[in-house]
Amino acid sequence: MIPLSWYLILAAGLFSIGLFGVLVRRNAVAILLGVELMLNAVNINLVAFWRYGDISLMAGQVFAIIVFAVAAAEVAVGLALVISVYRRRNTVVAEDLDLLKW
Amino acid sequence: MTHEFVTSLVWLIPLPPLLAFALIVLFTNKNKALSHTVAISAAFLSWLGAMIVFWNAIKVEHFGEHPFASSINWIPTGETWLKVGVLIDPLSAAVLFFVGWTVLMIFIYSVGYHNYGQPAGDHDHAGLPPHGATVHGHTVPSIEPMYSRFFAFIGLFAFGMYTLVVSDNLLTLFVGWEIMGLCSYLLIGFWFGKPSARNAAVKAFMTTRIGDVFMLLGISFLYYATGTLSYREIFTEETLHVLATVPSGVFGLSAAGLIAILLFIGTIGKSAQFPLHVWLPDAMEGPTPVSAMIHAATMVSAGVYAVIRMFPLLSAGWHEGGPLTTAMTFVAFIGAFTAIFAATIAVAQNDIKRVLAYSTISQLGFMIAAIGMGAYIAAVFHLITHAFFKALLFLGSGSVIHGMEHGVLHTGNHKVDPQDMFNMGGLRKKMPVTFWTFLIGGFALSGFPLITAGFWSKDEILADAFANGHLTIFITLAIAAFMTAFYTMRQITLTFLGEARTKEAEHAQENKWTMTAPLVVLSVFAVGYGWVGIPEHFPLIGGLVPNWIHEFVGGTLAEHPPVLEFNWIPLLTSLVVALGGLALGWFVYKDIKSPAEDKFQIPLLKNKYYFDEAYQVIFIKPLIWFSEVFVSKWMDKGVIDSILHIFGPTTGSIGTAIRNYFDVPVVNQFFGDGSADATYWIGKNLRPIQTGRIQQYLILSIVVLVVVGGLVYFFLLA
Repeated sequence: MIPLSWYLILAAGLFSIGLFGVLVRRNAVAILLGVELMLNAVNINLVAFWRYGDISLMAGQVFAIIVFAVAAAEVAVGLALVISVYRRRNTVVAEDLDLLKW
Repeated sequence: MTHEFVTSLVWLIPLPPLLAFALIVLFTNKNKALSHTVAISAAFLSWLGAMIVFWNAIKVEHFGEHPFASSINWIPTGETWLKVGVLIDPLSAAVLFFVGWTVLMIFIYSVGYHNYGQPAGDHDHAGLPPHGATVHGHTVPSIEPMYSRFFAFIGLFAFGMYTLVVSDNLLTLFVGWEIMGLCSYLLIGFWFGKPSARNAAVKAFMTTRIGDVFMLLGISFLYYATGTLSYREIFTEETLHVLATVPSGVFGLSAAGLIAILLFIGTIGKSAQFPLHVWLPDAMEGPTPVSAMIHAATMVSAGVYAVIRMFPLLSAGWHEGGPLTTAMTFVAFIGAFTAIFAATIAVAQNDIKRVLAYSTISQLGFMIAAIGMGAYIAAVFHLITHAFFKALLFLGSGSVIHGMEHGVLHTGNHKVDPQDMFNMGGLRKKMPVTFWTFLIGGFALSGFPLITAGFWSKDEILADAFANGHLTIFITLAIAAFMTAFYTMRQITLTFLGEARTKEAEHAQENKWTMTAPLVVLSVFAVGYGWVGIPEHFPLIGGLVPNWIHEFVGGTLAEHPPVLEFNWIPLLTSLVVALGGLALGWFVYKDIKSPAEDKFQIPLLKNKYYFDEAYQVIFIKPLIWFSEVFVSKWMDKGVIDSILHIFGPTTGSIGTAIRNYFDVPVVNQFFGDGSADATYWIGKNLRPIQTGRIQQYLILSIVVLVVVGGLVYFFLLA
């Protein structure tokens, strides 16, 4: 059986790719995509820990499903926000959206 | 009525006038009718209480040994208590009787005297006597503007007197004493718009204060020596014996003698004895009911009452018939001297009230002299009869003045002094009730034989002086009595007899019943009260009526004073001086029309032996110099101010230095402004990191997370 560390390395890589996307991409939609990658990296971790632990306890599986559901809702809200911002500002570039400054 | 019930009733006697004072001041002062109703009702209640107590007192056998007495703890003094309470023994019962009557009569009289029922004056001001009002073209008397205030004041005055009489210790006696001092100040200065009234009020207050200070010293000494102020505890044989034998170290007096003299100086002030007599004639500035209150019913009687009360102390170490103690000699000397001294001044006065004022001083001297030579009962007797006939005379003189003011209002000539006897004459036809009552009062004052009260009481003093061999006092008092009769007849002749000397006197009128009724009531006592004290061994009528005053009042003392043997010499003396004085007075003054014809208008007497002027030079001028020049100019402005002028600039410069070198640089600039500047600088320099870009924030937070996480891992977990 493939050792647990392989899964964890995969998940860490996926998380880093997602984080990189969130930090460097200028398009807000791409940032959302990065966030999805990070969430799914977490899911891999959850399922992997479940599989290598006591499989009669379903918490890992359940939690993964909850993360899916939350991620779907988050994307729905996030995309709606992006559309709304685009309608008002005519841009989805993150650097232009700097209203949080002093 | 039981003993206990009467005893508790005694507590209540002083209260109604005090309540009346409070009610009038707080609530009813706008309503004149309500005010006098409240005051007179209160006086009536006190009168009723006094009468009930008096009748119960005379029913008790050996009342002196079973007085109405009760006391409560008042002030804790360490482990013991200072007690206050009431005591009605024969002396205070007798005093209560005349106080009740005279106070009630004076209250009723005040209603008429202050023109109740008359319209308000045209130009009257509070603080000035009413000037009259115009009704249908006639000038009529106008009501006193401060009518309610007057009743409030005399209510408080009555409270003071009742408190003094019923109290069983020197402390509450002194409290009542001082309340009266205050009230006399307020009432003498009642018409405070007149400068003379203001000065008289201040003079009365200051002069009596001198006596009061000594009295307070006496009370303190007594408390120090015996540890109590209650009469019944002091006047025990052991206490008196100790006080009489312990030397005080002053003038060779015993402690009892010194205390008695200190207390007696209080009486000198209050009862206007020489040399503190100067305030009393000036007190005539007050309204006439006030004069009667002060001179007859209350204040001056209070002085004599206090010294009679202290008789056991005064006479400690003295035996009936033995030589007088130093303290007694002093008291007797002051009394006898005042009696003759004031009588000589009274002869030369023209103001109807001033004559009475000096006559009061003189009569009080009789009582003081009697006390000084141990004639206890005679002093009490004369105190009571004098209170009745002198109240009668003062109220009568007020009635005369009031009637004369009618005349003045009628003619409109305000230059005529309605108090000057030379402006009167012939008033017997105009004012019959006032005339007859004044005549009774005047004859009682002169000691008109057999029928008047004054004869019996004065005769008793003379008889006592003669029987105990005090010949100097006897002769002095006899001469004073002769002059008393003389100036009284002079007063009656000038005022009532002959023909009217001015138009104003022709138009004088008799007053309303509120003024004349009290005169009638008092004249009954001025005659009848003498009959309770007729000596047992008097020829013909002696023994017909028991000598009640001797039996009753004598019971106050532990040893009942012996009954005097009858002697013709003092009796003949009092007959001669009374009748001779009256006859001479009538004979000399029946034809005199103006002060110029009066041979007794000697400047020395007229100016009262220049006592006011002398006091002005000896005491008042130096005192004013002391306060204005020494204290104000030298001490205050010179010494104290110059010291203060050092302090002022010094503290000023210290303050400036602290401000310039500490407050401004350190507190304000370094801490105050510095902290603000630092905050501003930090904020300004940290501002650029707030870019508003979410990705930069995220990077920053990841960096911080990694660093903090690394540090935590490195230091805590590894």
